[in-house]
Amino acid sequence: MSQISQEIQKLEEKANLIRQDIIKMLVEAGSGHSAGPLGMADVFTALYFHILNHDPKNPNWSERDRLILSNGHICPIRYAAMAHAGYFPVSELKTLRKLGSRLQGHPHRTALPGVETTSGPLGSGLSQATGLALAGRIDNAEWKVICLMSDGEQDEGNTWEAAMLAAKLKLHNLTALIDRNNIQIDGFTEDIMPLENLRAKYEAFNWHVIEIDGHNFEQIITAFGEAKAIFEKPTLIIAHTTPGKGVDFMENKFEWHGKPPNKEEAELALKQLRSAGG
Amino acid sequence: MVNPKAYLIPKLFDADLEQVPSRNGFGEGLVLAGEENEQVVALCADLTESTRTQAFAEKFPQRFLEIGVAEQNLATVAAGMALGGKIPFISSYATFSPGRNWEQIRTTICYNDVPVKIIGSHAGVSVGPDGATHQALEDIAMMRALPNMIVISPTDSIEARKATLAIARIHKPVYMRLSRDKVPLITTKQTPFKIGKAEIFYEGKDVTVVAIGQMVYRALLAAKELELHKISVRVINCHTIKPLDKNSILKAAEETRAMVTVEEHQITGGLGGAVAELLSQNCPIPLKIIGIEDSFGESGEPNELLEKFGLTKDAIIKSVTAVLKMKV
Repeated sequence: MSQISQEIQKLEEKANLIRQDIIKMLVEAGSGHSAGPLGMADVFTALYFHILNHDPKNPNWSERDRLILSNGHICPIRYAAMAHAGYFPVSELKTLRKLGSRLQGHPHRTALPGVETTSGPLGSGLSQATGLALAGRIDNAEWKVICLMSDGEQDEGNTWEAAMLAAKLKLHNLTALIDRNNIQIDGFTEDIMPLENLRAKYEAFNWHVIEIDGHNFEQIITAFGEAKAIFEKPTLIIAHTTPGKGVDFMENKFEWHGKPPNKEEAELALKQLRSAGG
Repeated sequence: MVNPKAYLIPKLFDADLEQVPSRNGFGEGLVLAGEENEQVVALCADLTESTRTQAFAEKFPQRFLEIGVAEQNLATVAAGMALGGKIPFISSYATFSPGRNWEQIRTTICYNDVPVKIIGSHAGVSVGPDGATHQALEDIAMMRALPNMIVISPTDSIEARKATLAIARIHKPVYMRLSRDKVPLITTKQTPFKIGKAEIFYEGKDVTVVAIGQMVYRALLAAKELELHKISVRVINCHTIKPLDKNSILKAAEETRAMVTVEEHQITGGLGGAVAELLSQNCPIPLKIIGIEDSFGESGEPNELLEKFGLTKDAIIKSVTAVLKMKV
């Protein structure tokens, strides 16, 4: 087996363990979002275990890459990835959404080191990432800004205000990624508020756009590498993902956007994930 | 009598008092803050000249960002820059920022607890001919309800300059409201200014008038006239509405046993509301709140509008007389 395929196999195994923790966290919390975190598990695993320049033991390291999560409601995946990367003990994941926990229902900057910004209300992440990238450029910093968004929050005007500004400023130290899973709370995105042609929209706003399979590690890693090499524009990665990925009864069901599994569903989900993980 | 320790302008009661919009002092202070700290940056939403951000933009072009007509972006891009170690000043008209972008300010600035300074120009009916859409009368209420936020309303241009420098030095979110119209210059370089510290501008023992913005000047005129009628009025310039200077307000309440507040803002949730919250729970004394009575403004000349909405020296005298009658 080649070195690359060995690395990818390791990432796939890690993503599977992280998905299992997402299920355990959600069933323990009794509320929260299931589909988004499972769908983005591969992207987060690739980021925390391969792409990001970061130091889990020193979350405020000044040279770290900044990862802004705009759609804060998928934070169980961020927390799980951070715990596995060593930011805090995996056992703390069970405090999600509980009184006194650092793992707030939507991520809060001053509660948990490494969270970078508070988020939850949609459409505010890309603009914060734009401001952060501009601050970095003013200081001639080496670090990069990565902003993860949902497709549903493309409905928000603030997202497009930021898209215009980042292109005006030619912020090549900014890479955004849209989790194109086609669902939002009330239904399918193309029924609620059609976004297509999403690629053409961002290209018209003067962004460099890459489309990938958001469950293919090689494509994820290659896309972020390509983004680094683009110097005239900010880059957008449209990651096509399956919401609820890895649990068959959750996959592609918008009903699973905003609810956790109950005990029986969690057991079934864990069984599926464990068998998939070999 | 005028408090000598306030070092107000000597010709305070002369007819030819110099008048300057408080936004001018902000513009001067912003340049000084930029010279003092290279982390200070300024962002504007297509109102650079009008909000007096122009001088900073010319002096520090690399640290100025024109964001276009997009106030939600204004607040959130600034929040991002603050996460990157900058001290952003964002300026627009107060009805647009913090008017349009309240939730962005709540989540990305206040809850995030980052040092973004929100400058809302064109507050009050004294904006004049532009009419109600451009006259911010609810901004204090919106901003003072937010945890972590500091709320400041300078009385004149000189105080606005001092306040701008002072807020650049603290690592907290701040909202500062400014006037469009010219307002009398009543303070001097020597006048004390400390965030959170209300200042006694006129000494008195029968009743206290707590005022902000250009209403402080009108309160001083009222105090001087009432002195002729043997009524001794204490006038407090309460430039910081949040955190309220509880000690100074409660001391005045205990010593004078009657109070009037005056502001160019809705009665609901403004300075009067803040003072009422404090007094009702700690020192319940007769209180009259002068402000806009649950209505929008309209077009007109600034003085005509202040007259129409009852924000005058005579209105203050009337309320003082009324509150004195309620005094036990």
